[in-house]
Amino acid sequence: MRKVAIYGKGGIGKSTTTQNTVAALAEMGKNIMVVGCDPKADSTRLLLNGLAQKTVLDTLRTEGEDLDLDDVVKVGFKGTRCVESGGPEPGVGCAGRGIITSINLLEQLGAFDAQYKLDYTFYDVLGDVVCGGFAMPIRDGKAEEIYIVCSGEMMAMYAANNICKGIRKFAEAGTVRLGGLICNSRKVDREAELIEALAEKLGTQMIHFVPRDNMVQRAEINKKTVIDFDASVNQADEYRKLAQAIERNAKFVIPAPLEISQLEELLMKFGIAD
Amino acid sequence: MSIHEIELSIPAEQFREDVIEAYSPKLGKKRKKQIVVNRVGENDATPEILANTRTAPGILTMRGCAYAGCKGVVLGPTRDILQITHGPIGCSFYSWLTRRNKTRTKTSESTNYMPYAMSTDLQEDEIVFGGEKKLMAAIDEAVALFHPQAIGIFATCPVGLIGDDVHAVARAAEAKYPDVNIFGFSCEGYKGVSQSAGHHIANNKVFTDVVGQIEKPKEGKFRLNILGEYNIGGDAFEIERIVERCGLVLHSTFSGNSEYEEFASAHTADLNVVMCHRSINYLAEMMETKFGIPWFKVNFVGADATAKSFRKIAAFFQDRELIDRTENVIDNEMEEIEKVREEIRKRCEGKTAMIFVGGSRAHHYQELLHEIGVLTIAAGYEFAHRDDYEGRKALPSIVVDADSRNIEELSVTPDETRYDPRITEKDKAAREAAGFKFSDYRGMMPEMPNGALVIDDCNHYELEKLIEYYQPDLVCAGIKEKYVVQKYGIPMKQLHSYDSMGPFAGFKGAINFYREIDRLLNSNAFRFAKAPWDAAPELTATYGYRS
Repeated sequence: MRKVAIYGKGGIGKSTTTQNTVAALAEMGKNIMVVGCDPKADSTRLLLNGLAQKTVLDTLRTEGEDLDLDDVVKVGFKGTRCVESGGPEPGVGCAGRGIITSINLLEQLGAFDAQYKLDYTFYDVLGDVVCGGFAMPIRDGKAEEIYIVCSGEMMAMYAANNICKGIRKFAEAGTVRLGGLICNSRKVDREAELIEALAEKLGTQMIHFVPRDNMVQRAEINKKTVIDFDASVNQADEYRKLAQAIERNAKFVIPAPLEISQLEELLMKFGIAD
Repeated sequence: MSIHEIELSIPAEQFREDVIEAYSPKLGKKRKKQIVVNRVGENDATPEILANTRTAPGILTMRGCAYAGCKGVVLGPTRDILQITHGPIGCSFYSWLTRRNKTRTKTSESTNYMPYAMSTDLQEDEIVFGGEKKLMAAIDEAVALFHPQAIGIFATCPVGLIGDDVHAVARAAEAKYPDVNIFGFSCEGYKGVSQSAGHHIANNKVFTDVVGQIEKPKEGKFRLNILGEYNIGGDAFEIERIVERCGLVLHSTFSGNSEYEEFASAHTADLNVVMCHRSINYLAEMMETKFGIPWFKVNFVGADATAKSFRKIAAFFQDRELIDRTENVIDNEMEEIEKVREEIRKRCEGKTAMIFVGGSRAHHYQELLHEIGVLTIAAGYEFAHRDDYEGRKALPSIVVDADSRNIEELSVTPDETRYDPRITEKDKAAREAAGFKFSDYRGMMPEMPNGALVIDDCNHYELEKLIEYYQPDLVCAGIKEKYVVQKYGIPMKQLHSYDSMGPFAGFKGAINFYREIDRLLNSNAFRFAKAPWDAAPELTATYGYRS
């Protein structure tokens, strides 16, 4: 089983990209589990055609220890197994600790057991690596390959670089590696070149450039992934290409994060800081 | 004390150099400022010591945490403020009566919560989803079961990390139960560099939310509060006995054997005397500014020190009858003391001790030991500041660092209606000119002999080195040090809780202490003890920064 975590700046499109990619992999016949690591619990909405999911932490609270895997795993698009860890409302408690509790519980319940014949587990993680809890999927080998969703915007690149610092920290002590950057286009000038250059500096690759397309938005409004909504459109092929690139990927590295001045130089070079 | 010069078997400077040798250069440089060879000059001038600074990670410190200072030390000994520790159960349980603070209710019906350990017992679920609701539920339960006059809420590390707002909950609970005074302490264990931060946090909240809430002066003349006496092993009971014999009126003790109502009306007393300067000087200062109550330092540890302190209190009130009565009490008490002291002194004279404890105890107990001829050759505090070592004259030169700035410093102004200077400025000035000291603490170092070692935030490595170099006859420290010292075959007196003894304060306490030290020094079973490391080889290692 390949254990994949998707990170990236808040609002960059991690959940959308993850679910669309997972849909493409499922279409290829892969068995996949998606673990949403965001207190908002919206990481599996498109695969389940709506927010039908009861979260692990909520179930734990209401059911106590008497908890079955079936209580928290919902089967979605083409057999994908969907889990939301959930968490507290904004400004209360510790969502990071929630992720830790949730992933440990899933392991104890046997969510990753061989009987499910999983080819992939995807962790969709909230925002930046803000604290120990949100780093949980990349600690202790929970996730072994990381993809960072970013765009050509300064803050998205800054966040990507920051995440690389977190990955390096855990990579040196464990098995986690960076698999590449996914550019989720914001139609910034020379965006692909810029992200390719950033990837090169980090020692990785831009695994795919996902163009901006309103089809994604339309599918989302219909609570569907693009492939589920209309398998024939161009954007569906883009996600298929991304899924295949991930499937074939062999380049896993310990990233070399940039100094902030290097990052700024990069932006200057590509004319964005004009 | 009368000894001015001691000569250590190995010069103190040599000890310091050898100890520092084991440290990384940066840490060695810092510790060098915290290991001082005492030299007392004119006007109590002493060398400067570095204190109230962070302990280096990896050091086995003798220190405690801010929660321990706030809940464990300052508020713990009071019996009718219902105290809820907001956090997992360990913090509450291990701060529950471990210092053997005794209490005695006025009637058998009076409230006493000290037999209870109250905690919100936070579980993982509350850490994830927030613990405020559970705290409110705990308050509801406490009010339903006990309906206390006051509830104190103590924050622990995890609730600080997840951002539970104990003050907001306290406010909401007070709105729900207007007849209960409910207040919170942000005393998360990680605040500050030691338990000292917790003392300050406790002082601030008690000052803003408790003192001055009830207008109920006690009847009688010569009314005083004793600040910084925590009734370990019954110390406060013995002090109360002497207070009563002398004809003084004790309004309240902060916080040994105390009640909420006494705290809340403490602003009506005539005088504050301060026992443990470090843990409570803030409250003394703030009460003087707001209400006009003067304060001075006393010491009830040691018979001579007790006599001196009661003489000073009598002198403050300038009442012939009180002065005569106090002298009579002292004469009467000293008769028995001198008999015991003379007998025991013969067996203890010339023995040496080391004391590492507290923010005042390492100073106070030197007096008591000295009375039976035991000389303190090395001493230090766990959590004191420079003024506790060098005296309050050091205050203007103390640099306030970022760690201290993290602890709120209240700005206090005279109370509009209740500010009432107990003695006039002119009177105070005249008395000071005649040598009566107000708002002063001389500090430990001016009262220690030249050549003695003064060590701030001493650690286990250094303590073992001290034992190896100087083979003291007695070590006084806390529970964490106890067993290591005893395994060295050296008697150890625990001064956090006195183990199972006490009182050691006042006159009767002095006798108890003489006898205990006599017993320890002269029937020392520990010298027969074989330390595990005598038989089996020690683990060896090298320092990482050297490789």
